Order: sequence, then C-alpha cells, then structure tokens
Amino acid sequence: MEKTTLFDKIWDSHVVKSVPAGPDVFFIDKHFIHEVTSPVAFLNLEKRGIGVKYPHRTIATPDHNVPTIDQDQTIKDKLSRMQVERLRQNCAKYGIELHDLGSAHHGIVHVIGPELGVTQPGMTIVCGDSHTSTHGAFGAIAFGIGTSEVEMVLATQCIMQSKPKKMRISVEGELGKGVTSKDIILYIISKISAAGATGYFVEYAGSAIRNLSMEARMTICNMSIEMGARGGLIAPDETTFAFLKGKQYAPKGEDWDKAVAYWKTLKTDDGAVFDKELHFDAADIEPMITYGTNPGMGIKVKDSIPTTDGMEGSNKKSYLKSLDYMGFLPGEPVKGKQVDYVFVGSCTNGRIEDIRAVAQFVKGKKKADNITAWIVPGSREVEKLAHEEGLVKILEEAGFELRQPGCSACLAMNDDKIPAGKYAVSTSNRNFEGRQGPGARTMLASPLTVAAVAVTGRITDPREVFEN
Amino acid sequence: MAYDKFTILRDTAVPLPTENVDTDQIIPARFLKATEREGFGDNLFRDWRYDVEGNPKKDFVLNDPTYSGKILVAGKNFGSGSSREHAVWALYDYGFRCVVSSFFADIFKNNCLNIGVLPVTVSPEFADKLFNAIEGDPKTEIEINLPEQKIKLLATGESESFDINEYKKANMQNGFDDIDYLLNMSSEIEAFEASK
Repeated sequence: MEKTTLFDKIWDSHVVKSVPAGPDVFFIDKHFIHEVTSPVAFLNLEKRGIGVKYPHRTIATPDHNVPTIDQDQTIKDKLSRMQVERLRQNCAKYGIELHDLGSAHHGIVHVIGPELGVTQPGMTIVCGDSHTSTHGAFGAIAFGIGTSEVEMVLATQCIMQSKPKKMRISVEGELGKGVTSKDIILYIISKISAAGATGYFVEYAGSAIRNLSMEARMTICNMSIEMGARGGLIAPDETTFAFLKGKQYAPKGEDWDKAVAYWKTLKTDDGAVFDKELHFDAADIEPMITYGTNPGMGIKVKDSIPTTDGMEGSNKKSYLKSLDYMGFLPGEPVKGKQVDYVFVGSCTNGRIEDIRAVAQFVKGKKKADNITAWIVPGSREVEKLAHEEGLVKILEEAGFELRQPGCSACLAMNDDKIPAGKYAVSTSNRNFEGRQGPGARTMLASPLTVAAVAVTGRITDPREVFEN
Repeated sequence: MAYDKFTILRDTAVPLPTENVDTDQIIPARFLKATEREGFGDNLFRDWRYDVEGNPKKDFVLNDPTYSGKILVAGKNFGSGSSREHAVWALYDYGFRCVVSSFFADIFKNNCLNIGVLPVTVSPEFADKLFNAIEGDPKTEIEINLPEQKIKLLATGESESFDINEYKKANMQNGFDDIDYLLNMSSEIEAFEASK
C-alpha cells in the first residue's frame, strides 16, 4: 500500500472532485466566522439570492474589533458596533450558532473552537483568519481563507483549493528551562524566514513536539502562517484525546470510542515522502525575541541584532527600513533595552496555560514603573478559570491590568493600541509595522519572557530573573 | 462576485521594491470595519502614504505623480500575513488590476485570483529588469498577456512566461468566480456531505 502522510489522509478524504488542470473541490467540515471578514460574504449571498447551505457547520463569535472593557454595554465605536450587529443579524437570519459578547463561551475564535470540542482530529476547518492554522494542533487541516471563500463555504460548504506541498519539521530532544513552545516556533521561523514555508503545509513532529501540552501545540500551529505556510498540523495522540474528552461537542459514549479508534489511524506512515524535511535540535533553542517588522526577524534574547554583512540591494534596504522603524541599529544587543508595554493575550498565547505561566512567575513581584501591563484572556472560559485559580489576584497585585476577552492589542482594531514610537513586548503573533497601533514597535516573545520584561522593565532573558 | 474580464493589459506601472510587504501595510486593521466591499482604495498603504495628520508623505511612491498605471510591481514576498481580502479590495478599488512580484504569499495570491486582480510571478532577475526599466523611464509600458501567459517590457521586447492553472485562467478571462462553478455541482456536494 502507498505510504501517505497525515496531511494526505485528511486532504484526500475531503476532495469532492479534482478539476482537471485546476484545483480540488474541497469539502469543509467546520467553518468559523467572525465580524470582520464575514459581512461582505453574507451580502454577496443576498445579491445572488442564495442562502447558507449547512448552517450547523458554521460557528460564529465576534472577536477582532470588540472592546475589552464594559462588554455588557453597547459598543461605543460606531463601525465596530455595526459589524458586530451585522454578525448577530446574519447568524439569526440563517440559524448559525453564535457565541456572543458576554456569553459563557465568547472569546477569540481560535480559542473557543478547541475549548468547545468543535475542533477535532481529521477535520477540515477554515475561517476568514490566517491563524486558523491553530486548530491543526488537533491533527486537523485548518487554514485561513479570504472573504470570497467564506462566501463559498456558506453557499456550498466547499472551496476550490490546489493541494499544497508537504513539509515535515521535526524537533527532537528536551527543551531547556525557561524555553517554551513560543520559543520553538519563533526559532524555526527565524531559521527559515517569514516566507520559508510558503506553498507548503507543515507537519510538526519529533519528541519535543510530542511532549507538549495541547495549549503549547496550538501556539506552534498558530504561527505556521508566519513562515508563509498555509497551515501546520500535529498527529493526534493521548494528549489530544485527553484534552477533548468531555468537551461540549466532543463525541460521547460509544461514539467517543469509535472516534478515538479513527483518530488513532491519523498519522504519517513510516516511509511516507514529504516534499521537504527540516530537523531541529531542541537543545539549540533558547528564549527568543523579535527585533524587526516580520516574524522571521527573531534572535535569542541574549544575542545581538544581525549586521548587514552579506546583504545588498532591496534586501538590505528593506532590512534597514525595518530596523529604522524599530529604532534599532544593526549589530547592537537587544537585552537591556527599555520597554513601555507588555501584552499577554491573542490566539497565540491567550490560553489558561499562558496566564498560569505569567502568574507563577510574577507572583509576589511588581511590574516595573515604566511598564503598562495588559493581560487579555482568550475567552470567557479562560477568564473564569483565571479567577477561580487565583491567578487574577496575583496578576493584579503585580500591577497587571486584566481586560475582557478579544483579539485586543494583537491587531489594535479596538482601543487597545500601543502609542506611536513605544515598545511593546507581546505574546501575540505579528510584529508588522503598525500592527499594534500606528507607529507602535512590537517585539514578539513567549509569556515567560514577557513576564520577565514586565518585572524588570527591560528586555530580559527570563532565565536570569527567575533562576529559582 | 463577478468581476471584469482580464485578457491583455498594456499600461505603465508603479514600482514598490520593498520586500515582505504584509497585508497590514496594504490595509491596516483599523480600516477593516466596513460591512461592504467598496471604498478601501482611499486607505491603501495608509500609513506609508499619509502621516498622522493625514498629509501625503512625499517619499511614498503612490504620492509621486511620476508613476501611475494599473500594474503594481512589488518586492519579494508580497501580501504576507493576514488573510484579509480587504487588501486586494483596496488594490482593486485604487485601480490596480495586476500585481507582479518574484514571490507572493499564498492566501493573498488566492484572494487576488478570486476577485480578478491578476498575480504574476516572475523570476527575481526579471523583477529587477522591471524595476530598472520603470525607474529609468516611468512612462515605459508593460504588457500582461493572459491568454499567452506572457509579461513583456514593450520598449525592449524582453519577456517572460508566467504560470497560472487552466481553471483560474479561464475564470479570469471570462470574469467567472468559483461560486458559479460550485453551485453547478451542488448535487455532488450534497451526496458527499451526506456521507460524512
């Protein structure tokens, strides 16, 4: 029998038809929508005079533009309010399940999907958001789509997709102390660049990946898009099954046993061929931080910003433009640089495990005076747990401001903006120019590094502050 | 939705050699709060094009009257980051019908094809030729011939072939979109769905 990859198994079982010399008609099991990339899709359905074909396969939540304070009140920003109201109207009209502001499972779409058990191994999942790759942590094919494709899924439950090439990235060995899954993915992206996996779908493998929790796996898959990959996935295992068991939408009773039996078949065959294979040693990975304006511009916290040696032409110009935006010079160290804001949150690192890590590290300490510290849970469920576990109290005593769930300062569509020229060390996923507000300077790092920066007020290697 | 047919485009071009231009630069997130598709062109490259007071920045190419045209020639890894189709809507609304680069991000490229902006991938060498030609003579014309899958510098006759799959090519030439195709095979999709 032909040896196939996990990706092949899921992809091939969802092809309704292959168009000759064209893409596949690709069936989508689950579709998530939010307020920003869905309204035009619904508008176009109306223009065509058609409806939503399988409403039960779509789930909605407003997350991108929502305020993170006073969520029980009417949204003040008129345009944001209109988008959220439009989402409510569309969900009501077509019978789509909506997890609205203030409801028990409101939150960032990529946090609530797994939390509800909607995300399951073997599925195909799309959303009009590039971080849909997060769901790949469960052994699903999950990727971001444009609004035209949101419309296709609503209308037909299919999109037209050419099958990407396959890449396997293996990370073997044990992670050092103070090194997290965020450091793994920032390290990989720094090695292969922000476009290093464009055209590929990635499978993450190796002992360092298998030993990670589901939350940590989600952080890795989440940032697949930041190296250009359409998505990334990890073969499901006992960790996956334990996470899903008992979740609201997870199969129950006999169905559970059947599902697990199927999920256990979802792995890459020995000898299956990838278009590209990369290997990394976990022991080489240390706390990472970005210094530039794309996620590939990352270094170890202890290292210096690369010089322009060997660069020329538009490559060098783009590099210097980026450093100029950040206010940094080639060859200088990042450690010790003063920071103004820290942000803990987003679909990358806004889960309970991330908040636990930060709380544990800042317990009994105070944030530095020059730091404004925001912590934004990824969902109401995360917020609830953070309260129940006493984490909120610890964080507030340390001077962090807890806000309500949403995408928040990751993309600054709401009021959570970093002012121009200020430095933010952020657990989010993108350090693009202006991403956290016009002129804002973003440095991406793990929740542990962010905790260390919050306490010292400067770029800090977490291993130096929290040695004990 | 259906869009203008694309066959042969002959026009001057706007050069933007910066690498890794992400969709947050093409259209910043704070301008995504619309519930309709029109009007995004005003905020295309907003933070590169205007200062905080809203005055045009002289050093940005879209504010330089020397350059104009329906073709944008862009640096490597254009359109990375967010999947926002608004980025392509903004390019389209501003007047671009074709983007040329030596490397595109995947989702951006798909989004282009879905709304009728032709993404043309050229070799890095040909991209350099284009930049040099446009910067040497901003009135130089480029021909994009979709039926023949050729991009040509009209002044010198230098040309290169580009790839596009037959299905997408036919869609672009006829102004069709994928939904038309998918709706036509609804019975096959229904049978497939029922088997899941």
